[in-house]
Amino acid sequence: MFDMQGYLPFILEGMKLTVAVALLSLVISVVLGMLGALAKLSKSSAAQTVAGVYTTIIRGVPDLVLMLLIFFGGQIAINEIGDRLGWGYIDISPFVAGVCTIGFIFGAYMTESFRGAILAVPKGEIEAGHAFGMTPGQVFSRITLPQMVRHALPSFGNNWLVLVKATALVSVIGLHDMVFNAGQAGGSTRQPFTFFFVVAMLYLVITGVSDVALRWADRRYSVGVRKA
Amino acid sequence: MDFTIIADNIGLYIQGLWTTVQLVVLSLIVGMTLAIPMALLRVAKNPLIWALPSAYIYFFRGTPLLVQMFMIYHGAGQFRDALDSVGLWFIFREAYWCALIAFTLNTAAYTAEIIRGAIEQTPFGEIEAARAYGMSKPILFRRILLPSAFRRALPAYGNEVIFMLHGSAVASVITIVDLLGAGRIINSRYYAPFEAYISAGLFYLGLTFIIVWIFRQWEKRWHAHLRPRDTSAAEVAAPSLTLAR
Amino acid sequence: MKKLMTVFALLAAMTISGTIAGTAMAGEKLRIGVEGAYPPFSWVDPDGTLKGFDIEIAMALCKEMGAQCSLVQQDWDGIIPALLARKYDAIIASMSITEKRKKKVNFTQMYYNSPAKFARRKGSGIEITKEGLKGKTVGVQRATTHDDFITAVFGDEVTIKRYGTQDEAYLDAEAGRLDLLLADSIAMNDGFLSTPAGKDWEFVGPGFNDPKYFGAGAGIAVRKGDAKLLGALNKAIDTILANGVYKRINDKYFDFDIHG
Repeated sequence: MFDMQGYLPFILEGMKLTVAVALLSLVISVVLGMLGALAKLSKSSAAQTVAGVYTTIIRGVPDLVLMLLIFFGGQIAINEIGDRLGWGYIDISPFVAGVCTIGFIFGAYMTESFRGAILAVPKGEIEAGHAFGMTPGQVFSRITLPQMVRHALPSFGNNWLVLVKATALVSVIGLHDMVFNAGQAGGSTRQPFTFFFVVAMLYLVITGVSDVALRWADRRYSVGVRKA
Repeated sequence: MDFTIIADNIGLYIQGLWTTVQLVVLSLIVGMTLAIPMALLRVAKNPLIWALPSAYIYFFRGTPLLVQMFMIYHGAGQFRDALDSVGLWFIFREAYWCALIAFTLNTAAYTAEIIRGAIEQTPFGEIEAARAYGMSKPILFRRILLPSAFRRALPAYGNEVIFMLHGSAVASVITIVDLLGAGRIINSRYYAPFEAYISAGLFYLGLTFIIVWIFRQWEKRWHAHLRPRDTSAAEVAAPSLTLAR
Repeated sequence: MKKLMTVFALLAAMTISGTIAGTAMAGEKLRIGVEGAYPPFSWVDPDGTLKGFDIEIAMALCKEMGAQCSLVQQDWDGIIPALLARKYDAIIASMSITEKRKKKVNFTQMYYNSPAKFARRKGSGIEITKEGLKGKTVGVQRATTHDDFITAVFGDEVTIKRYGTQDEAYLDAEAGRLDLLLADSIAMNDGFLSTPAGKDWEFVGPGFNDPKYFGAGAGIAVRKGDAKLLGALNKAIDTILANGVYKRINDKYFDFDIHG
């Protein structure tokens, strides 16, 4: 039953794409998460509303629906905008659509993680920073950010694991990730279970490695902190 | 954008809505039934008892729902002869049952973890008091641990219900005409991705709001004892649904 | 002498390219949208190259027009929206010319015509009548003329399962999830019935080609307003039909005249 009939390299090729999509989406989601958290914590009610609508939509609409909408509709939208602004034709490949969708979705989850983490930094330290005459930017980069990482790590790690699993959906829009390739290989060899099982194991490998990395990061960023 | 095509085909969306609700509700109910014993096995001290549930939970939480569903749907085709010989093929023949099985197994794993986490957070005082009363283990579980755990698990379980609703959209990938399935048919029939998918999205949004509202009512009722008497501190103390799992 | 030779060579090159580029599309870059999941008209070889009747017709037409063509693989569901979104300039994917599609795109003349047929499991004895089809499960590719036909004519009698690709329908048919398939007779024959996977299946019933549902044969779709490309493609189709290139490709895949 586990004879892969030489398709293993094909599946591993797909795994490369899976990991690439996951990492790029992570970058986008961290950027959006940071912006969202700052927006939600800002004094401007406009920023808060935008961030609120953003997180509400992501909470309310399935990932797959967003992915299909962005993939099928995104190209048309980009064309409309491009026509008005005089850009040339910009192609929205399945890769771009997949990464943008997942990054966009998990940006909302990161917003919540980062918001909670920023709130957890002791106010006294931020006040002290201001008292020393630091600019808001300096306060953020020297005081808030380093401490925020420690608080954000558990839910950040959680979001990452959910993100990795969400990348499986890009196979539905035709991206040749490992789920898509498993489907192809399974169809050709008439042994779909074998290949999907292998892919499941590979996902467990990715999450296993992530677990180790996150635990290392947790240790590193918790230096000097006493744990209960 | 022409939303009249949606109005013309609203029946298809309603049919899809009904299928989605069926799949989600059934899998949640059966999943919960499986999750409770699994959580209890999981908190046992004996490795022989918690090893298997742990492996099951690790697998179903660590792999994507889409892959799990494919394993069952397409995989059943690979083992068709074996299934036929034990008379089970007629179940796996239908995409609907394959999806339902996948969703149930998936939510059972997540729910078991949620219940386990809640059980482990039981204030030890409650357990001490129960033992002091001379309660046996089964009675302890039934009257103290589980009710207490369910109350604690409410926010996390609310999240799980929403995740299950969103996850159910993958059923459309194996030909099931759920809410998203209806959207895909409209999209391909009229070449109208925006109308088709925005409409589907709005339906899902509506369902999510209903679920959030239901859980908020339950929380008001069952977390009443957690609310501070001083209402000015209510915002800080009242537990609420969060995004992160 | 050298200078003369250069000028001479230049003139020769210009003349030659002038004769090849006798059409409006000469030297232009053209992107052709194809499906790649519809043997024998288009499929992807294990090494990743696109092959098939549609592919070869596309390359032949491009050669005739003197255009530089690249192929863009696209899922069937999004094949027309992608054309309208300018991902490519023409669709050569066995797309039937129907009134519904004509509302969104323009078609060239048809480049082949073949009827649709049902297939059933051998020995199942299913007949293609309203009574015979009652309660049966039929697999079709979503958004094809076959989908429209079965929905309109037998929609109340059968359970319709719609797939993203025809290949997926074959897979489920082989796995025993379907009672019937409805697809293009040639595609189904070459892509399924005559392969090991389809050994338990056979054709049943008449060929269907009512233009109301199935259109007027397969044509090449271009965006509305792209008259230049439409004209060039039509001219090229006429040319390859006349000069034997079409016949050569036809005979490579089929032992009868698919153009009709």
